[in-house]
Order: sequence, then C-alpha cells, then structure tokens
Amino acid sequence: MTDTVLSLDRISKRFGALLANDAISFDLKQGEIVALLGENGAGKTTLMNILFGHYVADDGSISVFGESLPPGQPRAAIQAGIGMVHQHFTLADNLTVLDNIMLGTEKPWRLSSRKSEARQRLTKLAQDFGLAIEPDKTVADLSVGERQRVEILKVLYREARILILDEPTAVLTPQESQSLFATLKKLTAQGLSIIFISHKLNEVLNVSERIFVLRAGKLVAERPTKGTTRKELAELMVGRPIAEPKIEPQPKGDVHVAIRAVTTADGLDHADLVLHGGEILGLAGVSGNGQTALANLLSGLSHPKSGSLHIFGEDAARWTPDLVTRKRIARIPEDRHAEGLVADMSVTENVIAEIYREPRFNKRGFLDWRAAEGFAEEIIKGFDVKCPSPATRVRLLSGGNMQKLILGRTLSLAPHFILACQPARGLDIGAVSYVHERLIQARKSGASVLLISDDLDEILALADRVAVIYRGRISEPLPSQQVTIQELGLMMAGHGFSEGDAHAA
Amino acid sequence: MGALELLFSASLWAAAIRIASPLIFATLGELISERAGVLNLGIEGIMTVGAFAGWFTVYQGGDLWLGVLVAALAGSAFGLLHAILVVPLGLSQHVTGIGITLFAASLTYYTYRLAFPEVTSPPKIEPFQPWAVPILSDIPFFGEALFRQTPLTYLAFIAAGLVGWFLYRTPAGLAVRTAGENPAAVEAQGIDVTKVRILAVVAGSALMGIGGAFLTLSAFNSFYFEMVNGRGWIAIALVVFGSWRPGKALLGALLFAAFDAYQLRLQQLAGAFVPYQIFLMLPYALSILALIIMSRRASYPRALMIPYRKGER
Amino acid sequence: MRLEPREKPSLLITFAYPALAILAVFVFAGFLVSLSGANPFSVFGLVLKGAAGSQFALFETLTRATPLIFTGLAAAVAFRAKLWNIGAEAQLYMGAVATVVFGTGMLPLPSPVLIPILLIVATLAGALTLLGPAFLKVRFGVDEVVTTLLLNFIVILFVSLLLEGPLKDPMGMGWPQTKKVIAEAQLPKLIQGKRLHFGFILALIAAVAVWIINTRTALGYEMKAVGFNPRASRFAGMKVDRVMLKTALLSGGLAGLAGLSEVSGLKGNLTLDLSPGFGYAGIVVAMLALLHPLGVVAAAIFVAGIFVGADAMSRAAQVPSYIAQVMVASALLAMVTAVMFTRYRLRWK
Repeated sequence: MTDTVLSLDRISKRFGALLANDAISFDLKQGEIVALLGENGAGKTTLMNILFGHYVADDGSISVFGESLPPGQPRAAIQAGIGMVHQHFTLADNLTVLDNIMLGTEKPWRLSSRKSEARQRLTKLAQDFGLAIEPDKTVADLSVGERQRVEILKVLYREARILILDEPTAVLTPQESQSLFATLKKLTAQGLSIIFISHKLNEVLNVSERIFVLRAGKLVAERPTKGTTRKELAELMVGRPIAEPKIEPQPKGDVHVAIRAVTTADGLDHADLVLHGGEILGLAGVSGNGQTALANLLSGLSHPKSGSLHIFGEDAARWTPDLVTRKRIARIPEDRHAEGLVADMSVTENVIAEIYREPRFNKRGFLDWRAAEGFAEEIIKGFDVKCPSPATRVRLLSGGNMQKLILGRTLSLAPHFILACQPARGLDIGAVSYVHERLIQARKSGASVLLISDDLDEILALADRVAVIYRGRISEPLPSQQVTIQELGLMMAGHGFSEGDAHAA
Repeated sequence: MGALELLFSASLWAAAIRIASPLIFATLGELISERAGVLNLGIEGIMTVGAFAGWFTVYQGGDLWLGVLVAALAGSAFGLLHAILVVPLGLSQHVTGIGITLFAASLTYYTYRLAFPEVTSPPKIEPFQPWAVPILSDIPFFGEALFRQTPLTYLAFIAAGLVGWFLYRTPAGLAVRTAGENPAAVEAQGIDVTKVRILAVVAGSALMGIGGAFLTLSAFNSFYFEMVNGRGWIAIALVVFGSWRPGKALLGALLFAAFDAYQLRLQQLAGAFVPYQIFLMLPYALSILALIIMSRRASYPRALMIPYRKGER
Repeated sequence: MRLEPREKPSLLITFAYPALAILAVFVFAGFLVSLSGANPFSVFGLVLKGAAGSQFALFETLTRATPLIFTGLAAAVAFRAKLWNIGAEAQLYMGAVATVVFGTGMLPLPSPVLIPILLIVATLAGALTLLGPAFLKVRFGVDEVVTTLLLNFIVILFVSLLLEGPLKDPMGMGWPQTKKVIAEAQLPKLIQGKRLHFGFILALIAAVAVWIINTRTALGYEMKAVGFNPRASRFAGMKVDRVMLKTALLSGGLAGLAGLSEVSGLKGNLTLDLSPGFGYAGIVVAMLALLHPLGVVAAAIFVAGIFVGADAMSRAAQVPSYIAQVMVASALLAMVTAVMFTRYRLRWK
C-alpha cells in the first residue's frame, strides 16, 4: 500500500511580480491522507489549480499513477482520476442534485441523457459511502453539509482515485467536520488517496498522516503527523514565533446594544442579545444561520418585523446605514469586495464613502476633495495601509490592506460600538493579528465589539463572552473561559435550542 | 361581428399563430443565449439581417429553404461577433448588444441600398405558401386556426419542442443551463465555459435570424426598412415573461400574438373612435406590463450578464 | 486564453489602442465602399470635405453635433451609474413635444422669459419620460434596457397621434406636423444667416455642468459609486434608489433638451423625422467619449462629421449614405474593445 499515486516535480508559477509557487515537489501514496498546510496566499490554491488543470505551471511536471499529466486540461486531470472539492462549492443552486452530479459525465452531443441509470448509480454510491442524499432535490434547498456531500459524491461519481479537498471544514460545525473526517477515513480504506488543504492546525493534526507546509510559495517543511506539534507547525507556517493576543480583564460598561425578540425577513427569529461597553462578544455559528441577518439589522440595512432594537439607549429599529454611521457605529462587513469597498474607486473615494455627507467634506452638495485626501492620508499612515498614493484604485491593494482601509475609515471615527463580521477572513497571520490588536484596543477604550466569526479559535481567543446563533435565534452568552469547542459545536448544531423558545435552555 | 364574437373566429387564431411565429423563433433564440448567461441585445439587428439575408437569397433565385438556411447563418455570424466580444473579452453585454443591433441593421441597409440603389418600391419574391396538414386541417375551427399555416410556422413549434428537449434532456443542454447558473461548476468538470456560452449565443442567433426571415419569406414578400419594428425587444420581454422556460415562452408568445391579432381586428371595429396609434402602442405597452407582472416572480439565471473569467471567483 | 488586468496601462497604449480602433473602422468602411465600385480614398476625401472642407460644412457639422452632445451626455450620465438608458430617442421627442406645446403661442412672453421656461419644461418632459422606467427598475427590478427601448416605440406613436390630432398644424396642408414656434421661442442663430444656433452653446454649457457634477458634487460621487458597486454604496449609507432616480432625471432631462434645441434652434416645428436616431447615436457618442462629459463634445462632433460628410459624399459619389451609420456602429464596437485592451492584456496560458 505504499505505491506513489501522484507526484509533483518542481512546480513553479509566477503571477506578475508574485512567485506563487516556487519549485514545489511532493508525492502522495495510495490510501494516505496528506495535509497541505499554509496561510492564505501561501500558494496552496494555486498549486491545486495547477494540478487540476485550471492553471498551467511555468515550470515543472506532474505525474499521476506513473503517467505524466498534460498541463492545463481539467478534463485530463479528471480522467486521470483526480477529483477536487472546492472551498467555494461549484454547484448550480437552481438545478437538482442529479443534474449537478451528471454535468460533464456524458458525451455532450448525446441526444438524450440517461437520467434513471445515473440516479441508480448515485443512490448506490451514496449508500456505499454512507453519504445520504436525495437526487431530485434542488441544491438551493440543501444545507451546507449536504452540499459538501454532493461535491464529494460528484467526485466519487467520476471514479476519482485522488481527492483534493480545499478548506473543506470552513463552513462546517465541529461535529460535521468530525463526520467528514470519518468519511475520509472510509474513503482511504477503499484505496483512495486524499490531499487535505487547510490552515487549521488542529484538523490537520487530527486527520492527516503526513503534513507539507507551504509558506510564501515555497515548500518549507514535510513532517510526519505523529512527529510534530501544533506549535511547530504554526511557526513553520508563519516563519516566526507567534504571540497570542493578550486580553486584560476589565469591568463591563453600560448596555450599548439591546436586541429583544427580533424577527426579520432575512432570517432572525426572535433573537435576543445584549452587548455592553468594554466587552467583546463573540457570536459563533454555522454560516447561514442568521449571521448576515444580524449584521444587516445592526448595519441599518434591514429592520425588525417584530421585537425591539435599542442602541445606546435609543430606539434603533428604523435606523438607516446613513444614521448608523452618524451614530458612530463602526461596521466591518463580512465581504470586503462586495460590501465594504468599491474596488474601482480610489482609496480617497473609498474612505469617505460613509461620511461624505458630513460638513467637513461636503459644502452644500460640493465635495471638498482636499479634505478627503487629507483624511485618506491620515488613515494610510495611522493604519499602516500599504499603497502608493491616495489616488490608487483599491482593486490593486492586497486583502490585508483592504481590510486595514476599512478598519481605518471606521475606527478613526472613535466608534462606541463595533460590528465586526468575519474580520480576519482570508487574511494572512500578520494582518489577522493587526486586526485583532485594533479590536482589543477599542475594547480597552470602552467600546463594545460584536465579533461574528466562523472561526471558533478566533472567537475563543478574543471574546469575553460567547453566544451561538442557530436558525436565527441566539443563545444566552457564556463567559468564554467556561466553554469548550465541543460544547460550542453542539450548540452550533442546534443542541439547547428548543422549538419556539427564544433562548437556549 | 362584435368585439366578443371576434374571439371565437378561427381566422383570429390563425392570424395569432402567424404573428407568433417570428416571435417564437426570436424568443427561443434569446432564451438559449440567456440560459447560458449571455444577454443578447443584438437580437433586433440580427433579425434584420436574417430578414434581408433570407429574402435576398430567394430573390437571387435561391430556394426558400436555402433562404432560411442563409438567414440562420447570417444571424449566427453576428451572434458570433457578439459572443466573442462579451464572452472571452467580457465586454458589457448591454453596450455590445446595442452596438451589434446598430451595426447589423446599418450594414443590412447599406447592403440593400448597394444592391438596389434606385428602387422605390421594394422588389418582391414568391414567399412560403400555407400548407394544409392532411386530415388535421379539416377539423372544424382548429383546422383553420392551426393547420393551414406556412411551413415556417410549423417549424417554429417544432423548434420550441427541440429547444425544450435540448435544454432539459441532453448533456449539452445541462452544460448550457449550468453555464448560466454557475459557470465555475462547468469549468470544474473540465468543460470550457467560454465554448459553451459562445455556442449557445451562436445557436440562439441562428434562430433569431430565422425569426427575421419569417417576416420576408412567409409573412410578407419583400424587405422593408425598419420591418422588424421592435419584435426583438418584445422577444426579450417574452423571455422574462416565460421565466426562461421554452414552454412558457411559447405560451407567452402565443398569448401576446393573440392579443395583437385581436387588437388589429378591434382597430377595424373601433378605428373611427380611437386613434390607430393607440392600438399600435398596445403590443409595446403589453410587453412592459408583462415585465412588471413577472418581475417579482422572475428567477433569473444566476450568472446572467456576469462575465466569467477562468480561475477568478 | 485569459485576460490579465494591467496594473498601470502605459500612456502609449491608452492612446494608441483607441486610435487603432478608429483606424480599423475606416479600413472596414473602406472595404465596404470599395464594394460599391468607388475608390475608398476619394470617398473618404469627400466625407472629410463634406464634414470640414468649408466654413459651411463645419457649421453644418457643429449644428448636427448639437443634439448629439445632449443625447451623448444623457447616455454618459446614465451609463456611469449603470442605468442603461437606451431611451434617449423617446426623451428627445418628449422634450420637443413640451417645446411646441408651450412655444407655439400658448405663452405670449418675451424671449428672455419664454426660453428659460421652455428649457425647464423640455428638461422636465425628458426627465419624467425616463423616471417611469427608472422607477420600475428600483421598485420592481424591471430591466430598464427593455422598458426604455419599448418606450421609444410608444413615444413615437404618441407623437404621431399628437401630430395628427391635438398638435396638428391647421395650416399644414394636412401634413403631420405642428405649428412653428413663435419668434420669441426661437433660439438665436450664432451667426447671421447660418444654421448654427444657440443650442450649441447650451450643449457646451451642459457638458461643463455635467463635468462639474461628476467630479465636484456629492451626487456625482454617488452616481459613480452606485454604478460600480450598488451593494457597497448602500452599505456605506447612500440611498441607492434615490441616486438612480436622480440619475434618471438628469439623463432624461439632458435628452429632453436635445428635443428643445432641435425644435427651437433649427426646425421650428415638430415632425416625425425630427430625430434620425440621435438617441441611439448618443450611446455611441458616450462610449467613444469613455463617458467623459467633455469627451462627449469631441465625440459628438466626430460622429456628426461622419454623418454630415457621408451625406455630402453620397450625393457626389454613388455610395449609400448608410455607410455613416455602419461606421458609427462599428466605431462603438471597436472602441469598447480597444478600451478593454487598454485595461487588460491577453494571456494565452
């Protein structure tokens, strides 16, 4: 069982000035799970896209089951037995599971699809691997866990022998992750080989047999899982020792935000939450359980259908985003590109987006661009945004610098309440700790912070109290020292939320 | 005849089906393109090209069916141009589509004037004649309404069936639908999204070309300037009205045409009291109304009008 | 094959590609011209002569450019906010209708009072014509491309109805046309005895005004932000729907002014052939100008030159004047392609 099924030989890929992959070599043996560990931007995804034929390497070669793989042809990769489960599911929501699975499995110019045969094969496959699924359901109606099952079945349906999973647990509860790991073990027992891509150390240690660490496009280490530690991996990944954020205990302040039995059209269901000044409250939950709805509510983008919302003691049920900004509420949106910034406008134009109505920039409808540029320069300096000039288009900034820009434009207004949605998502560790540092500072100065995150480690590291959101309802917050990841995982799966009762029992 | 009795005359329904035919072709063509994620506003110009190309082929002595084929090819040529600009190059589908319409129509008019510099009354051809389907055409009412049409009309209905089958029953149709919903899913299966979209636009444009040719080869017998007269835009509204489904779109086209045929007859009845322009406005107003009604329920192909760039998410 | 964004397009590329695009249009048009048996070079010579070869020709080109500046600005303003107003033709006609309703004797006022009133009513008429589709867009999500296109047909029929009914000139020998506007409602000629009129100056003023709105005002900033990313704009606190409606008013109003300028400045009355597609040509003008309001002036003069020159040429040589439309349409396609290549480069792997 030690035959090499896949080997990559000195793969290099350059994007403009960036060397995304620098002569990376590794191999995969039959029946094993290897982990590819690295920060965002370390080159994992690029490498896998080369393997899967989405990109063509500038240099190097790949062989699968002893035969060399022609570059740049996804079909060839599929035919060679490589299957990829992407981090962002490649499913068409309005089509059925069966349609999604069948896509590309038949000769395109057949006059008629063999649907019933395909349905049978799929059902059998699902039974064999214990991945229950209804073939005729529309994908839009499936939960995230079920969608991932469809993705895995899609790959198995194509008789893949090598499975690549790109950050597969990003959207799962800890329990769902465990069941995924069990599935993976089942697959390797049947002779499949798996490449597991992640930046989560615990998972990697949990599931893999060998670990490859990528950093800044280079393969910096290979370790057998049994012979390494969390700490070693973390330092290999980042390239230097890392300090955990320090949070001093401090007394709670006044109530800043009070949400009582709020129901909204976009997903909150009798949600309750009270947030005090001087605390960070972490909100955990599987994505899609109402986090976006809560963020929309507090951003002024949506309004309660029932229930009450008070911010700083005022009735905030009808506040608009404009008013929310004027009340000095800082919002860090979940999706920088779609919601936070206008990528095709300049840094200056972006930093005034929330406050251009204020008299210091706006003289009777005319904008004072000199003042705006001054503000932009302040932020660039104060928040260490790396950009050539305030006139640079935001599109050209890195993810970390975009996030710093958002932090800067909103934190420089000395906000009293900060709504931070996935503030560290997709950032490298340096930028993550910068963001965290800023949130901790704000807490120190008496601001309240609502931290909505998919990353339990992040929540437990920063938050004073932790609550869980499940199907639009929010649990009673618990002090973060008193909860474990396992408990949170159970709550994220709905334990403790009874039907009709707003609170966790 | 009174306004109500009109509704029960077979000739009204025969006319409705005649009026529907070019719309059915055009709507199906736009539908295929949009299901693949590409809005084709070149439709109005592509129909103009089709109308001219089909007619000119026959005028030069070609067979009527050859005319239909040439119209389809001419339509797809302009479709290909649109597709190249908006699919691999990712240009704005709105601006490019309008550009294609202006370009195709003006090129057609230029060619027409080149070929016929002096004529004042447009030259005529012998168009498709109605063909009575044996036995079926003898059924009272339905026979006259449905089965004494020209072959191109029958072709329109056959095309609707084929497009429906293609989209829902074949692997290629599945690829087209997925390309319009989530192109990344198509790419992930090793299918070239660019190719799928280009082919869909080209095939759709061929149908639009035939839709145009219906006007010169079946409905009338010569080519006039501005003869497409907004039918392309109406087809775009009908695609929305039909929720991007061939069956519903066919129904929408028939409904629309029935209304149009009805108003034409009503016009003769009430023309003395109501200015004729009001009647002529109705089809366009009706299209807008249809858009408003359907807008709430419309489930657009998710990736419609979003250019896809390989490797980008 | 894929496209890779250029971080900083070089100055050379920024100017060379659009120039190449225009060159390509002339090569293509030359090919079409040669099909007619004429010599392309002498034909283009005639076009140039017809457009700019004499004082008369130049004035004629500027006269023709006047409505194109207005409709070009209308498209440029709307497209910048991603409001796809393809209905400038309809808005132009509605502006013209307003002009003849108020300018043919209903208000017997002196010029300095009457002309501002006409400016206002024509602007309003155009603005309100686009407000409908814009409202349907923000309220119901109805695609404004289709509604504005369809509205063009409805408005033309409506004008035809007016010309044969309430607005018909009783002295017009039965022709579908309105009365002439009264002398006080006419825009003065810029030079005695020439057709070029004060509308051209108004168009220039409008272009400068739009430029100031775009670059200096909060509204201009909002329109830009909403055009690029409505979701982020809403998140930041802009009232996206309201910005869209304001954009519609501005864009429709500008197109309405084109109608006023043609009626009060040039034709004197309203007929069904007031606009030979100025509304559609405005889209081309806006795209050639890359949506820049001052660029619109240059692009409008260029497009007008092609039209005027081609008309003159087709009288002299036996080449159909439709060549002008072909050139203008292909210029649109060539230009958007060229601009894309100034921002992206093609990679074959």
